[in-house]
Amino acid sequence: MSIASTITHPPEPEIHASHDVHEHPFYQKHHFETAEQQREAASFGMWLFLLTEIMFFGGLFFAYLLYRNWYYDAFVAASNSISMPLGLINTVVLISSSFTMAMGVWSAEVRNKKFLEWSLIATIVLGFVFLGIKSVEYAQKFEEHHVPGASFDIRDFVHPPADSKEKPLTVDMANHTQIYFSLYFAMTGVHALHMIIGIAILFVLLVKARTGLYTTGYVQPIENFGLYWHFVDIVWIFLFPFLYLINRH
Amino acid sequence: MSTIVSLPDQATAVVPKKNYITAEHGLLSWLLTADHKRIAMLYLFSITFFFFIGGFFAGMVRLELLTPAGDLMAADTYNKMFTMHGIVMIFLFLVPSVPATLGNFFIPIMIGAKDLAFPKINLLSWYLYMAGGIFVLTTLVLGGVDTGWTFTTPLSTHYLNTHVVTTATAIFIAGFSSIFTGLNFIVTVHRMRAPGMTWFRLPLFVWSNYAASVLMVLGTPVLAIAIVLVALERTLGLGVFDPAKGGDPLLFQHLFWFYSHPAVYIMILPGFGVISEVISTFSRKRVFGYTAVAFSSVAIAVFGFFVWAHHMFIMGVSNYSALVFSLLTMLVAVPSAIKIFNWAFTLQKGSITFETPMLYAFGFIGLFTIGGLTGVFLGSLGMDVHLTETYFIVAHFHFVMVGGMLMAFLAGIHFWWPKMTGRMYPEGMSKFAAVVTFIGFILTFFPQFIVGYLGMPRRYAAYPAEFQVLNVLSTAGATVLGVGYMLPIFYLAWSLKYGAIAGNNPWQATGLEWQIQSPPLTENFLETPIVDHEAYDYEWLERKTQRELQHVG
Repeated sequence: MSIASTITHPPEPEIHASHDVHEHPFYQKHHFETAEQQREAASFGMWLFLLTEIMFFGGLFFAYLLYRNWYYDAFVAASNSISMPLGLINTVVLISSSFTMAMGVWSAEVRNKKFLEWSLIATIVLGFVFLGIKSVEYAQKFEEHHVPGASFDIRDFVHPPADSKEKPLTVDMANHTQIYFSLYFAMTGVHALHMIIGIAILFVLLVKARTGLYTTGYVQPIENFGLYWHFVDIVWIFLFPFLYLINRH
Repeated sequence: MSTIVSLPDQATAVVPKKNYITAEHGLLSWLLTADHKRIAMLYLFSITFFFFIGGFFAGMVRLELLTPAGDLMAADTYNKMFTMHGIVMIFLFLVPSVPATLGNFFIPIMIGAKDLAFPKINLLSWYLYMAGGIFVLTTLVLGGVDTGWTFTTPLSTHYLNTHVVTTATAIFIAGFSSIFTGLNFIVTVHRMRAPGMTWFRLPLFVWSNYAASVLMVLGTPVLAIAIVLVALERTLGLGVFDPAKGGDPLLFQHLFWFYSHPAVYIMILPGFGVISEVISTFSRKRVFGYTAVAFSSVAIAVFGFFVWAHHMFIMGVSNYSALVFSLLTMLVAVPSAIKIFNWAFTLQKGSITFETPMLYAFGFIGLFTIGGLTGVFLGSLGMDVHLTETYFIVAHFHFVMVGGMLMAFLAGIHFWWPKMTGRMYPEGMSKFAAVVTFIGFILTFFPQFIVGYLGMPRRYAAYPAEFQVLNVLSTAGATVLGVGYMLPIFYLAWSLKYGAIAGNNPWQATGLEWQIQSPPLTENFLETPIVDHEAYDYEWLERKTQRELQHVG
């Protein structure tokens, strides 16, 4: 005998379904009772995943907090040595990509396939622009011998060029700029990795969007990816001032 | 001895032809399954495999410690033995043990759902676990790692040539397996409970796994970033922990223990859940103080995040901070103790029978209490200064993890074996194995408290001659323990073909999983259950059985 024998009344029919009770939308998986339940579960899952990402980046931000507190002068000097204009452009690029992504979510909701495709393409392009500028910045650091390790050169910090407004650091403190650069590469590197993964997923979404999958009412993958993309953007919004704007003058 | 086991008539009973095992055939149907029950079985086989690998390393450690001199293997090799033992047992066995097997199998059924919220992510979790396991085996083949499972810097970042990065990768990948499992459980329990299954009607097994899942989701990413930074330091020369660049090696320990302390609660909380179910069933009584037990699981999860530096008292943290963490550690013991009291009061005036799961549960209560109390000793700052890095610590965590968690895992496997397979295990053999395990455990680990208190350091291949007798006792115990753990492999495998047919509810237990066939159908329920009774409601079960007897005759 099934458990139903213990109930005193039969199950309520779905009152919020806009279709026949026995039919579900093509995208509803069978272990869900309703499409609404599936949508809520997927959304909750993405928010929880973003929470884990906050904890992941959190470890790096904690290390940053600690060392900036200990080695403030080194952090100031090192922060002033990276290109603020490039960082600013990247910030604008990323915020724009969040805008294009949000446009993508909207176009999925209003079932505009062409606009969804263009929004996804724009987001991908902006993502690549960001990564391109990032590699230019990394290359600059490489050339200036500011990558921690055997080839790190403290001369720029012990004897700053005459035209810069930087005050010279002691040898010890100049060495500590390596901590800043370690964190710079670790934090922007992990961020870039998340962007690369995001762009890969965008390609998959684009291919599927072209088949019309997301403009039939099945908005949730675009919506949930949008959440992820906005998260990656927000991390950068923190990274930019923390890394580029320490006592800029 | 009396028993509550109630089996169908063996002359006519058969395992139901249509169930999750017979639903599809072929290896690919298992490797590409989305069914949470099949994934649980995949995990069961894999973690058993890794358990014996970890056990092999334990055997090597104990063999070396038979004699005071470091004469069986080089000191570096010994370091690799205890490191691999720790890594395999913690990350590849204990962390996934109950959640990935029993949790995966039973949480959807216990809440009245057809599957977890994200079945494909569930399968991905298993593949990530296997990938992590393969990386660990790779490390093994390449020559092992000898940092200790704690990867302490700067040893791990600067002073060793062993395969730290491979191991770090393994743990990073396995960590994501854990995160996805936890994420799946949290969303499932929030969103997929059947009508009428309110939070406070959930079996306590679900509460415990939920609390453990919160820890998995919040804590594991911090471990991930800690070992990424170690790997980056070793490979690229980034110097976040490097004193020469101004880095602080202690920062690694803070990040590492921020996860690894909650990790011990990730390991034990699901075990607590199993014990709640087993104690209730074999005392025929609802768990005393359901709300207290449920909230104490959450309290352990919350407080577990505040005590990590009690692993670092001698590492150079300030006296002030050590004091604060010591006080907080006292606090975190309280919810665990609450559970023990509640189980004791569940037993009181219950109709107790001593089937194998109950034997393991009794073992758990005794051994976990001892282990937990010694944890309180270690939490007090003054004692810890003397006892830390000695065998006292080793004994403490083995009492809670092996005497506690492993016993709970075995209790759960035996308790739910009939449901998962449709067969009963042989009770005589299993009782014997439980007793052998208990005796072997005490013989192995109790002497370690004594040698530790007397000053024998941990992680040393050689020790002063006066500790030999106790070490020999410990190794002898380890052999007995090994036998005790091998036995279930044989009789559980035997039971798959020759065990008695279990029927739906051999233990006459409450809980939705016992109201469906053994083994369950792929979709678990023929129609969505509607829950109108509390958890552990034995009167409801009695009335239902009466009604069924009247109808079926």
